[in-house]
Amino acid sequence: MSNWSPAQGPGVPPKSNAITDVACPFCGLVCDDLEIVRDESGLHVTKNGCEKAIAGFERKVDGAKPQVDGRDVDLETAIRAATELIRKSALPLYGGLGTDVDGIRAVMALADKSGGVVDHALSEGQYRNFRVLQTTGWIMTTLTEARNRADMFIVVGSDLHKLHPRFYERIVNVEASLFSDTPAKRSVVFLGKGLDQSGVKGQRIGEVLTLGSDLDRVGEVIAALSAEIRGAPMAAETVAGIAIGEIRALAERLRAASYPVFVWAPPSLAFPNADLVVSAVSDLVKELNVKGRAVGLALGGNEGAISAGAVSSWQSGYPLRVSFASGKPDYDFLRYAIPNMLANGEGDLLVWIASFTPDLGPPAAAGKVPSIVLGTPGLKLANTPRVYIPIGTPGADHAGRIIRVDNVVSLPLKNLGRASLPRAADILAAIELAL
Amino acid sequence: MLIKFTGGTVYDPLNGVDGEVRDIYAQDGRIVATPPPGTKIDAEYALGGRVVMAGAIDPHSHIGGGKVTIGRMLLPEDHQGHEVERTALLRSGCGHAVPSTMTTGYRYAEMGYTAAFEPAMLPANARQAHLEMGDTPMIDKGAFVMLGNDDFFLRALAGKKDFSFIKDYIAFTMHAAQAMAVKIVNPGGISAFKFNQRALDLDEKNEFYGVTPRDIILTLARGMKELGVPHPIHIHGCNLGVPGSMHSTLKTISGAEGLPLHLTHIQFHSYGTEGDMHFSSGAPQIAELLNRTPNVSIDIGQIMFGQTCTASGDSMRQYGNTKSSNPKKWVVMDIECDNGCGVVPMKYRDKSYVNALQWAIGLELFLLVRDPWRIFLTTDHPNGAPFYYYPHLIRLLMDRSFRNERLETLHPAAQAATILKSIDREYSLYEIAIMTRAGPAKSLGLRDRGHLGAGAIADITIYEDNADREAMFKTPLFVFKSGELIVRNGRVVKVVAGATHVVRPDYDPGIERAVRDYFDRYHTVHLDNFRVSEQEIVDSNCGHTGGECGCVIAQPCGPRAS
Repeated sequence: MSNWSPAQGPGVPPKSNAITDVACPFCGLVCDDLEIVRDESGLHVTKNGCEKAIAGFERKVDGAKPQVDGRDVDLETAIRAATELIRKSALPLYGGLGTDVDGIRAVMALADKSGGVVDHALSEGQYRNFRVLQTTGWIMTTLTEARNRADMFIVVGSDLHKLHPRFYERIVNVEASLFSDTPAKRSVVFLGKGLDQSGVKGQRIGEVLTLGSDLDRVGEVIAALSAEIRGAPMAAETVAGIAIGEIRALAERLRAASYPVFVWAPPSLAFPNADLVVSAVSDLVKELNVKGRAVGLALGGNEGAISAGAVSSWQSGYPLRVSFASGKPDYDFLRYAIPNMLANGEGDLLVWIASFTPDLGPPAAAGKVPSIVLGTPGLKLANTPRVYIPIGTPGADHAGRIIRVDNVVSLPLKNLGRASLPRAADILAAIELAL
Repeated sequence: MLIKFTGGTVYDPLNGVDGEVRDIYAQDGRIVATPPPGTKIDAEYALGGRVVMAGAIDPHSHIGGGKVTIGRMLLPEDHQGHEVERTALLRSGCGHAVPSTMTTGYRYAEMGYTAAFEPAMLPANARQAHLEMGDTPMIDKGAFVMLGNDDFFLRALAGKKDFSFIKDYIAFTMHAAQAMAVKIVNPGGISAFKFNQRALDLDEKNEFYGVTPRDIILTLARGMKELGVPHPIHIHGCNLGVPGSMHSTLKTISGAEGLPLHLTHIQFHSYGTEGDMHFSSGAPQIAELLNRTPNVSIDIGQIMFGQTCTASGDSMRQYGNTKSSNPKKWVVMDIECDNGCGVVPMKYRDKSYVNALQWAIGLELFLLVRDPWRIFLTTDHPNGAPFYYYPHLIRLLMDRSFRNERLETLHPAAQAATILKSIDREYSLYEIAIMTRAGPAKSLGLRDRGHLGAGAIADITIYEDNADREAMFKTPLFVFKSGELIVRNGRVVKVVAGATHVVRPDYDPGIERAVRDYFDRYHTVHLDNFRVSEQEIVDSNCGHTGGECGCVIAQPCGPRAS
């Protein structure tokens, strides 16, 4: 499904190809308007790539070999060694899970067969959302709706620009709208101080406001807004250092807005009890929906986290942190978090998958147990794994599919022919077959 | 391999066979005519009068797509206690209100079903719908793609675009989403809710686009007919769950202008406002009108008492229903200028007047609509009840005294508000066979399924003729899929993948320019990444490589009428 056309421009080698409509798997937004050129020196992002995309696609991944105990071996030997380790393991832990849909499907099948535990490396962030979903639910929107419909964006304690460098460009400062030939400017409100506002510029940006509380006190501001909307305003002069007048004024704007979008990124809410902030946002959104419309939009979802959560849910019923040790899916979101298991001395083998960036290495604490690492070459490893198998990056080295952060749209990932590295799904399937 | 099924009592309504004892032969996955005498039989099943039907087909069950998975994520406590253990053959899973995908496939097969269709696939979510269906083994599947609330369509309708433009768009969408048919959910209403409209009746305008549900229904109904797609436009109508909804339902039926329509889970749209509780049954009037309107078919969406989870594209009405949420947590979404969804757990209680009457209304509709070819047995899984209640529902339809016994346990005022007790009708096995196989196959255009004539795919279910019809339909003796034994005594003995059915009406490729332009200007994904390829479904589902494996089946489409 790739669109191949010869690259134009001076000094470009004749056998280059420009590939368009490339989907980028290096953050949860999965932008798919990238243009990439491949030549002898590798991939080059020529259009629409942010710094994460460039880092992800242009990285060199050649030369890595499978290893057993630090020695180069051929792939079959490595697979055999991994199979033996899993066969002998009483409780294998399947972590990282930085892979595509087919990779997660293969992990789930293998975890089921081998009686293991499944958890994604970034699930601590994800659970700031999952716990709210499981307790109270929410009203949410998706990227295209926000892009066309929002008249106001409220950024809740999250540095969106850092996590998703093209969010403001693609979703906020867009030229066209389905609902107006002359779309109005949109206001952007930052809840929390010190958040990078540099991306908030351009034709569509109207007022930019900041209610600069400490990030970990944003929940108090949200609760105060809810109280205003509910008609039971707080009898306080300040909330988290913000003057009550500012909060009242914002509440008025929210009431008057036709489609305010509350945006947060769970990984950014890196303080204790952040799930309560998400819960407060969900409550505020619900309050606003009594009379008007308002919605939430949760971002994040990097390193294949969304695909992992979704596939785990539809195949086992549970969004990660599930153990198959008893033969049935056993869910415990506290116990079966892999960092907790390692800390509690549970689990005797770590099988780690990380195919997108070199940053998703196993935690240092994982040194307690032997590990099998299926990793993109250059993956940062604190400990030497018993077995290391270099794998391809979906979307660069092999084709695949990935679910986007808003949990509805999924996209095909192209094989850009960067390196001939195996798919995690194939390695895991080979192990499962041999067990 | 030639298989002989000897001496079964065959119910094959598409071929007019009503309980005749006869032999059936299958070879290479298909039913074949009786071979010449002396032909070597490789395997024989002596059935001794046991009941033989084609594999059952569920034409409306939420088995694939994001909102079902939201339901799974929302209710971990509902899964607990209902986990399913892995075996050498089967994956582990869980199953109560919203079973996991593998368990869903196994359970359907164990109940004698060989096909089920996802009725509400969002174009934006089509890839995921096919992935989830790909992880649902055993049964054939397919999906109906949702149109009528997407901004592209509404703009075209409001802008009075040429009808051929709209037909091309419908057909294009069916190809791009790999769909079997087209669904409308709350026509114009999901869109209206995004603009803060809270209700939308049949002749009320969507405030932004100025078009009515009636306009949308007639446009899509005519479009589907002229495209030659076998299944009529599949409509989740106005006013889901609203007291008084019977009136828009009656108007929708009578306003069809002779076009084929299928009204789905009509039970949820059959309420009057009579009585102290301002909630009454509209089933008798609706059934009477349906009996006179041969171009309209229905499925019921029967509720059963117990905990379930409603999952629907109808964000407007599901938001309205959140006050009845049990437990009190739910999700509503606006989705991709395409559709929406609402996932609201629901506990139907026999002691609740409203729930008890809903139960009775569904049964009234089943029993008062006379033509079993126009009515399909569904609980709108999981909205009315999980699909594994079908055997219980069959018994209610076939056994009047059992039905009335159940009725007597309900809220007394609900008993007084229904005419159910007075309805003598009991469904026959032939009628059940129509409603659960022959009718859906015919309506969906599954040319070689739902029957046992020569040439049909050998999807065959064999039951004990048990007077307890619930026990009978719960535990088939044998289930064959393409001539292979997959279930014995209600337990899976072999895992198979099942095919995916699609229908591909013709369209002028010029439409792609307009759609591509729309995607480029307004969307957050490109057209070529939005569309789902056949190869992807093969990769998801059967995993066959190299060449055509036949696991994506394009059912025939009629010629396009201009």
